[in-house]
Amino acid sequence: MFPELNNLLNTTPDRAEQGKLTLLCDANTDGSFLVHHFLSFYLKANCKVCFVALIQSFSHYNIVGQKLGVSLTVARECGQLVFLEGLKSSVDVFFRAQAEPHPLQFLREANAENLQPLYEFVREALKPVDDGEAAWRCPVLLVDDLSVLLSLGMGAVAVLDFIHYCRATVCWERKGNIVALVHDSGDTEDEENNILLNGLSHQSHLILRAEGLATGFCRDVHGQLRILWRTPSQPTTQRDRSLTYQYKIQDKSVSFFAKGMSPAVL
Amino acid sequence: MAAVATCGTGAGSTGSVVAAGSKNNVTSFQRRGPRASGSDSSYSRLVSIAGTRPSVRNGQLLVSTGLPALDQLLGGGLAVGTVLLIEEDKYNIYSSLLFKYFLAEGIINGHTLLVASAKEDPADILQELPAPLLDDNVKKDFDEDACNHKTAESNIKMKIAWRYQLLPKMEAGPVSSSRFGHYYDASKKMPQELIEASKWHGFFFPEKSSSTLNIEPCSLTHGYIKLLQFIQNIIYEEGFDGSNPQKKQKNILRIGIQNLGSPLWGDDICCMENGNSHSLTKFLYVLRGLLRNSLSACMITMPTHLIQNKAIISRVTNLSDTVVGLESFIGSERETNPLYKDYHGLIHIRQIPRLNNLIYDVSDVKDLAFKLKRKLFTIERLHLPPDLSDTVSRSSKQDLAEPSKLLGPGCGVMAGGKKHLDF
Repeated sequence: MFPELNNLLNTTPDRAEQGKLTLLCDANTDGSFLVHHFLSFYLKANCKVCFVALIQSFSHYNIVGQKLGVSLTVARECGQLVFLEGLKSSVDVFFRAQAEPHPLQFLREANAENLQPLYEFVREALKPVDDGEAAWRCPVLLVDDLSVLLSLGMGAVAVLDFIHYCRATVCWERKGNIVALVHDSGDTEDEENNILLNGLSHQSHLILRAEGLATGFCRDVHGQLRILWRTPSQPTTQRDRSLTYQYKIQDKSVSFFAKGMSPAVL
Repeated sequence: MAAVATCGTGAGSTGSVVAAGSKNNVTSFQRRGPRASGSDSSYSRLVSIAGTRPSVRNGQLLVSTGLPALDQLLGGGLAVGTVLLIEEDKYNIYSSLLFKYFLAEGIINGHTLLVASAKEDPADILQELPAPLLDDNVKKDFDEDACNHKTAESNIKMKIAWRYQLLPKMEAGPVSSSRFGHYYDASKKMPQELIEASKWHGFFFPEKSSSTLNIEPCSLTHGYIKLLQFIQNIIYEEGFDGSNPQKKQKNILRIGIQNLGSPLWGDDICCMENGNSHSLTKFLYVLRGLLRNSLSACMITMPTHLIQNKAIISRVTNLSDTVVGLESFIGSERETNPLYKDYHGLIHIRQIPRLNNLIYDVSDVKDLAFKLKRKLFTIERLHLPPDLSDTVSRSSKQDLAEPSKLLGPGCGVMAGGKKHLDF
């Protein structure tokens, strides 16, 4: 986790909020550093994490996680982390018929209707442990990323339904959190993606949007992060609070600064 | 993916001359890689695979793309286990050349090749590969061609244009003891004995299309399913995914797929706006899953300029690791533009992956152009030529300003800027 981002979001691992849906969005840039931040944040906060990693392999997250101070292998072994490695399981699902329904079953089907097997997997993974030992603080579902599900043949409505079911189980029933990454395609007319993004934006409590700079590539400022706090359940007349910062990604951390106040410029 | 720590001389990350890719020294400290199949003894063998070297930044195992200049732009080379997507130029001239360089590099290094095409028989493709340039011939040619190359005179200090001394040298001459990245002569063919000595597998779609499917029909087209099964068979049978631990020497599988997405593969995204929009993306996803778990690297050329639905192009870009776009000037109005008179086309590095890392090596130079000289394919920074017209007239400035405005905000890997700062 990045301490500066914790300060901006006004959270620490000890007092992480519960029952929230956080939407990570990137436009014209790579927002995966936010995924690494939340993964290490919730692991340090002693939460049980179910990570649906569809886009990169386990070793990638593990190596970056070690730079941020968490070990995914240890977390997986002691049961704190349930990791679904999309790339590896997709090969298994695709080439060999599976006995029981696999979370990525839709890869084999021509017209998969919904993501129910994936939801069952998440529900099973974040089941509360009944045997009395005080295990983990709250369940967290982390998805990287949802736009890939659209590329794999699911409709935007199916993905929204999946998130809705997960929210009902994880956020409302078990008082956990959900963090999901969606790519914003910008001006390419990806309608399904826009539907997904808009639908999720209206349901989320916190939106972190990483954008590239409007003026193009810069070596010292890698992009701009917009943070938007929302209250989707109660319509209020107050305006939602929003902040904008620019950032530069370094080897083990990300530094944030106000717009135009990059240390390279000052 | 293989991650090996080393203390060998690595190539400079940004902006330095490509150093001699010498054999890597194996230290006693070896980072434990993620491959479930490897035991400790296999790691020492991983280092000594011909034609690979670990990346300076994160220890990732890299192979050469066949073009040392492109290797430098991609941060040292193509990482094993990843996909390099080449967006073809309009008439598929230069992208097929890059494809051939990739395969030729595999033959020179002794890698196993898998060539898949729906247009040409892989045996014919292999006959047309360019011949490698041997070191003594190359030095002669370089002296002939380059009268203004600074590599030979790098130790002469510049007195007047001293700022240019600080500029990164994009073009690197071939180094005699280079084991990583070779130069090829496009006018000569690869010697027959080298091709016959190499191990290769070909997938020619018209030949394989008649056999039956033993997988239930999902939304992938027939051709893609067969290709995936073929690749998976080769990876499994030859042990590239570590499934045969008693194989004596590990090797890299280079997969080259030509014209993926074209109608010859049975896919209709290039013909219709609302064609089978998930077939290609599903294929890429499963392919990447296969690659991540094996010692292979893949180059795909795709005619993205023909794809009608622009959303598919952005999805394909997100599903590939490295994306390079070629834009040739043939047939466009830029052919006669004085700005581009020395070059044959532009090359856009659209995406570079961040593997095992938060950051990546990105070159500062965003305006890159390529030219195919008599024997070499070079990639250079695009310079605006000096305005030497007799009268500095408004019209000539406007002609040049229009294309430079397209270049100015930077065809960035990180951001495509729309706002143009006018000072």
